[in-house]
Amino acid sequence: MVEGEARLHREEAAAAVETSALSRAFGDLVAVDRLDLRIEKGVFFGLLGSNGAGKSTTIKMLTTLLPPTAGSALVVGFDIAHQARQVRRRIGYVPQMVSADAGLTGTENLMLLAKLYDVPRGERDSRAAEALAFMGLTEVGKKLVRTYSGGMIRRLEIAQALLHRPAVVFLDEPTVGLDPVAKRAVWDKLRELREKFGTTVLLTTHDMDEADVLCETIAVMHHGRIVALGPPVELKAAVGEDATMDDVFVHFTGGAVDEGGSYREVARARRTARRLG
Amino acid sequence: MKGVPIAKSPGHAGRLAVSDSGVDAAASFIRHTLAIAEIEVRKLMRDPTEVFTRSVQPTLWLLVFGQVLGRTRAIPTGALTYLDFMTPGVLAQSVLFTAIFFGIAVIWERDLGILQKMLVTPAYRGALVLGKAASAGVRGIAQTVIIYVVALALRIHLRFGVLPVVGVLVAVLLGSAVFSTFSLIVACIMKTRERFMGIGQVLTMPLFFASNAIYPIDMMPGWLRVVARVNPLTYLVDALRSLMVQGGVSAFGYGLDLAVQVGVLSLLVVVAARLYPSVAA
Repeated sequence: MVEGEARLHREEAAAAVETSALSRAFGDLVAVDRLDLRIEKGVFFGLLGSNGAGKSTTIKMLTTLLPPTAGSALVVGFDIAHQARQVRRRIGYVPQMVSADAGLTGTENLMLLAKLYDVPRGERDSRAAEALAFMGLTEVGKKLVRTYSGGMIRRLEIAQALLHRPAVVFLDEPTVGLDPVAKRAVWDKLRELREKFGTTVLLTTHDMDEADVLCETIAVMHHGRIVALGPPVELKAAVGEDATMDDVFVHFTGGAVDEGGSYREVARARRTARRLG
Repeated sequence: MKGVPIAKSPGHAGRLAVSDSGVDAAASFIRHTLAIAEIEVRKLMRDPTEVFTRSVQPTLWLLVFGQVLGRTRAIPTGALTYLDFMTPGVLAQSVLFTAIFFGIAVIWERDLGILQKMLVTPAYRGALVLGKAASAGVRGIAQTVIIYVVALALRIHLRFGVLPVVGVLVAVLLGSAVFSTFSLIVACIMKTRERFMGIGQVLTMPLFFASNAIYPIDMMPGWLRVVARVNPLTYLVDALRSLMVQGGVSAFGYGLDLAVQVGVLSLLVVVAARLYPSVAA
């Protein structure tokens, strides 16, 4: 038990995310290049970058979907490569694609995830109901997801990622394809999540507005490396007076807004946008 | 952080994170498996169209192929009429054809993001795979019901009674699980829909014809007999033939039939559980 207590202590003291020379190569292409990053608990963190900058690969590694080819990372104190199950118990993940099952109801989608996350039987109903209520979906819980709007699907997916009360939530482009109203609703819920539960939120985005409004700390990625890191205000100040996040982005990435991204990625992003829109 | 589920006994590293014993881990494994299979049952109940469209093919085999070939009396089927002989074969074929394309669901789910979401949960990989296998079993059982109805209409001499019927259901579950898991492995290797569909077509016919489904193994040339003896479909048909129709005889015995299905399934699940995560990467 002494060992157990030590680990509990380590978990409490650990950063939400800590990477050390984390790298991923696909053949000759280095998608993520010796990434050193520390995200404290409770922070709202934004990862920016153009297509192919390495954002998605980074998220895939941190969520244990993809093993790194070099370096290492800890999520809430657990190693992503050697303690993957421990990491998975403590994180929630909302993929960029539409990942709620359209052939099931909202509640059924939640119950499935509750079971896969080993939420005790007696708590599953109440947790699903709470998650629906938190995301403002109580009234449509019994309806098929096929009938949901894009914003509702996104909120349901976020609800799915919260059932086991994760310490860190990863969101890959959470508002892509949403109209401004739906987008605001998602932003509000993410903020509320952080404020009420102290959840660490890490999101990737293309949307400079989103990064500016939501995130306390921003990392701009370019060619698999972090080229700028800090609060939006500081980053803007560093670029110039009256600079916007767009200016920051262009400044640090050399204006290369769209140079990477495979056909498959682009097709996926457009499909997601179409299905949510 | 408050409310984060922390392991009861954090001394255990890795696999048994949330549980104190192997019993809890096993319960968790079974729960994950059933959770995946339950989705399939719910979807099937909501929209059973596919069960009916898939029943056209086996009906044609019995109605056309079976009736015509039965008249020739060219195939030595012992005490059974040809239709009686081939009915278990057609059920096995239906199981095979339904299960062999099951893997494409994984490619769909990968493209949709459902797979990634499942893989980020702490669910056992083996349970995710076995859950898919059980889902295929659910479909297989739905097919079985339809084929029994058609067979009754054609006055095929079916066996009824608790043991034979339970035996057929177990055989269909296992057979569906074997071929759907095989399909899953193929999907994990092929990774795209187009390539998968191509290979799926290539695989089904040899599996079907190099088996005892519509003619006895004894009729085959020597080399084909060898192939048929290592084909898991042969053992499924063998068990079904004796369980499903009156006077049907199992050539290899239920023990071997069962052992082959369970053995092959175990091996395939282990391989599939290893390959499964690579689809999402």
